[in-house]
Amino acid sequence: MKTKETSFRGFIKDLPKNMFSGLVVSLIALPLGLGLAMASEAPPIAGVITAIVGGIIVSVLGGSFVTISGPGNGLVGVVLVAITTLGLSATYAAIICSGIILVILGFLRLGKLADYFPSSAIQGMLAAIGLIILGKQFHIMLANKIVRANGIDYLIEIPNTLFTVINFQDKGLIYAALAGILSLGIMVFYSKIRNKYLQLIPAPMWIVIVSVGFSYYYEMILKMPNPISGNYMIPAIPNIQAIITDIPTPNFEMVGTLPFWSSVVALTLIASIESLLSIKAVDKLDVRKRRSNVNKDIKALGLATVFSGFLGGLNVVTVIARSSVNVNNGGSNRSSNLFHALFLVVFILLFSTELTRIPLTALMAILVYTGYKLASPDVVRRIFTIGKEQLIIFFATLFVTLKVGLISGIVAGLFATFIIHIVITKSLSLFLKNILKPNVLMFKEENGSYFVSVKHFCSFLNFNMLKDKLEAIPEQSDVIVDFSLCGFVDHSVMENIHDYQELFHKKGGNIGVIGLDILGTKSEHPFALRRLLPLQNIISDNKTKRQKSLELIANDFELTYKPLKRRNAEFLEDFIYFKTKKVEHIFNQLSAKNDPCRLFDITFSEGEFIAKEVVRSTMLYIKTPKNVPAFTLDREGLLERLYVLAGYKDIAIKGHADFSKRFYLRGENTKEIRTLFTDELVRFFESNAYYHIESNKDGLLIFNKERVASIKEIKALLDFGIRLNKILTQV
Amino acid sequence: MNAIAFKTIGIGVTFSPNLEANINEAARFALCFGSKLVLIHVGEASEEKSKTFLKFLSPFKSKNLDYEVLFKSGDPVDVILSSAQEKKVDLLIIGALKKENFLKYYLGSIARKITRQANCSVLLLINPSIERVPCKHIVVNGLKDPKTKEAVTTAFLVGHKLGVDKVTVVEEIDQDEVSVNVDDDKSLRKSTIIKERLRVREEARVKKILNTIPPDFTKDMVIKSQPIFGKRGYSIGHYAQVARADLLVMNAPAKMTFWDRVFPHDIEYILTELPTDVLIVQ
Repeated sequence: MKTKETSFRGFIKDLPKNMFSGLVVSLIALPLGLGLAMASEAPPIAGVITAIVGGIIVSVLGGSFVTISGPGNGLVGVVLVAITTLGLSATYAAIICSGIILVILGFLRLGKLADYFPSSAIQGMLAAIGLIILGKQFHIMLANKIVRANGIDYLIEIPNTLFTVINFQDKGLIYAALAGILSLGIMVFYSKIRNKYLQLIPAPMWIVIVSVGFSYYYEMILKMPNPISGNYMIPAIPNIQAIITDIPTPNFEMVGTLPFWSSVVALTLIASIESLLSIKAVDKLDVRKRRSNVNKDIKALGLATVFSGFLGGLNVVTVIARSSVNVNNGGSNRSSNLFHALFLVVFILLFSTELTRIPLTALMAILVYTGYKLASPDVVRRIFTIGKEQLIIFFATLFVTLKVGLISGIVAGLFATFIIHIVITKSLSLFLKNILKPNVLMFKEENGSYFVSVKHFCSFLNFNMLKDKLEAIPEQSDVIVDFSLCGFVDHSVMENIHDYQELFHKKGGNIGVIGLDILGTKSEHPFALRRLLPLQNIISDNKTKRQKSLELIANDFELTYKPLKRRNAEFLEDFIYFKTKKVEHIFNQLSAKNDPCRLFDITFSEGEFIAKEVVRSTMLYIKTPKNVPAFTLDREGLLERLYVLAGYKDIAIKGHADFSKRFYLRGENTKEIRTLFTDELVRFFESNAYYHIESNKDGLLIFNKERVASIKEIKALLDFGIRLNKILTQV
Repeated sequence: MNAIAFKTIGIGVTFSPNLEANINEAARFALCFGSKLVLIHVGEASEEKSKTFLKFLSPFKSKNLDYEVLFKSGDPVDVILSSAQEKKVDLLIIGALKKENFLKYYLGSIARKITRQANCSVLLLINPSIERVPCKHIVVNGLKDPKTKEAVTTAFLVGHKLGVDKVTVVEEIDQDEVSVNVDDDKSLRKSTIIKERLRVREEARVKKILNTIPPDFTKDMVIKSQPIFGKRGYSIGHYAQVARADLLVMNAPAKMTFWDRVFPHDIEYILTELPTDVLIVQ
């Protein structure tokens, strides 16, 4: 009973934080919802309705924790096809049916549907969806709306459009195209500029703000009509009364036809795959490392889809980009999803007329960027490093999806994968004979660790058996997965095992994989082999100018310089700063034996899946001499004052009003922190440049900006660290 | 349980490359248990055939092996089963075949039929050898079944006679008994607790059986009990393979029906993929 009470109190305590992150998320959800709905040729408000219904229902009934639900990127292609073949009102009926099927899938515990698809095929499908979005919207972004038969034709037309745009004569069109290009620029460069004030408002909202501001500038100050062509502005958004009175009635007349059901199947398939991938990816981001109840979430998403369909909205899915933003802004439970929906209601109530000031081209730029993210060359490069055969699967799925359709695409991907597996193992019977066998044995050894042995083969076809066993192991345990009785292990399995390894590692457990080396040599196993070999570093002798300067600094400070990448940076894992981030590797390290200071460049990522942003930065780590309490010290700015309003505490140090005012100090153990911050230390901080300083009891992490530091900055950072360390040892 | 486990041991012999190895294994077993060995050959009797059998048996003659060679023509399955019954064979030894290029063993169709229909215990040998390969580790099933007690006792008797170091009793617990599906952290905790409870229950049951084993049999042996959550019959074979057991002792199945072969379970799994030598106790 006591735990329940404390968890409730925790919930109340976290409420302001979740409200804040819900607000930030709703800022993206609004333009994205409008854009996604328009890209699917549904009325723009449909996207917002989807997000509102999804946010309310899934936050109450869902089984995940920090996910955000709403209209998804993946569904744009499918909804588009449905609307063009069935018409809008029959599409609503199809959406309702797919919602019902999702609920049934949830009850049958088939939420894991996506596990049965090979990961390269899924990547191919997502890339195809990305290209469909990008191809179609690219033309609208440049104010050159065209209509073509299928996805590929739109892509082929891109050079033509570029040519047309250069020769635009109409001023209205030129302005519209400029708005599109500018917006695309904002989307691209937003993540590169790491300024905390700029980052507070998501890029799509900046686009909205800039374009609404632009429109007002013309209206109020220049007293002129908006120069952007009226054809390329968002069509009128109905106000709330109109929305309620104009709720469309779904048309179930086509329920007996094949196109209707093929749309339903496609909607269900893509909705469940997108949701599942997103839930999985978001679970990796969750600071509290909770495990989502996938089936419960699928049920809630299905129910939300049914309601959304009746109210004139689209399929409700779990969306990764918005969920990542939610995590990054401190969302900690489902209430942030609810708040995001409520804020959307407020926006529609208050600003629905303002939204018509946004140029369509600007909105489509957001979609072009999301499309590009799904189909970015990075994806192809990554798949290529895994293996050439994966590339075949990827492109087979991609082309069939673009040319024929989504269902055919994923089926083609499945077949391509299966045939490649047969060719590689030179055996069809290996798969046919053993596919239904319960090939996974798991038992708990006497010392409490788990042993999992896999027989015959393990691929996307039967991975669910291995998955079921792994799911049933508490993540704090030590596990050995033995593939030595296995004749074949495919890439999807290796990738999933890797995810489990990360998950177990996060929660204090460990998964060791054995038996693959035998496989590699005996059957020339391509996937396992590639996965096992560590990536070779191709850094040769030619160092960059910065690296040469770093060598000089190393000599100056009597440190050794190591340019090579190091993957295990476990000493960083406990820092709060890295709770929502994943350290990829550290490089360009300056360190010395017996010296507590260590300076390095670091590559880490924020967000997962398509919302993943890779950031490079320079940091200093100091191993603290004795138990320094955990704390975070930052310069106090507007943002930090906002944090205090959102429920974060700022610890004041007595007798140093100026310090308390200028610095934002945070930590659990207030008493110990107060004793640590002696007059000398406070004076040191007051008289030096601002740094972000964080202690995790074992060490201090110090950095200034979230970018690679210049040589001068590195010197200053090193000097700061050394002096700080001196004071700390004295305290 | 009869104290002298196997009074008569039978083996079906044909002229295959494995003949010498099969005879050697059977003879060693018979000597070990002090039992009579019956060689059953399906086909006409001839001088030449008898000579070959005798040649292979001669090294054991000096060790006072009591043996008999039987010639009978007819359908192999019928002949072997009827002769076994006639001679009151307690243990029938059958050699498995090795798949070419694969480290996998399987039973020929005849052997499989015999195994299914035999009324006596059956020993399936995956890798008969001329020289003796020591048997070190026996895995025996500890299913909740009236026959289990006998299987376990036999395992210890055989283990005692063959001088094994270790016997593992494996309790297979059906996944269905863990009534909780793992969806999230909460259900995982729940299922872990239930599993722990089942584990304790099963181990207590096995302990009871172990207490009835004559202490002579368990001397100098490491006894382990290992609960496994998985498909009955299948997972024990898998375990025997993983644990590198030299012999797997199983209960004889209840009556087989047509459906048991269509939807294989228990012993049928083991017959399709022999993990190691298997002794099926009747």
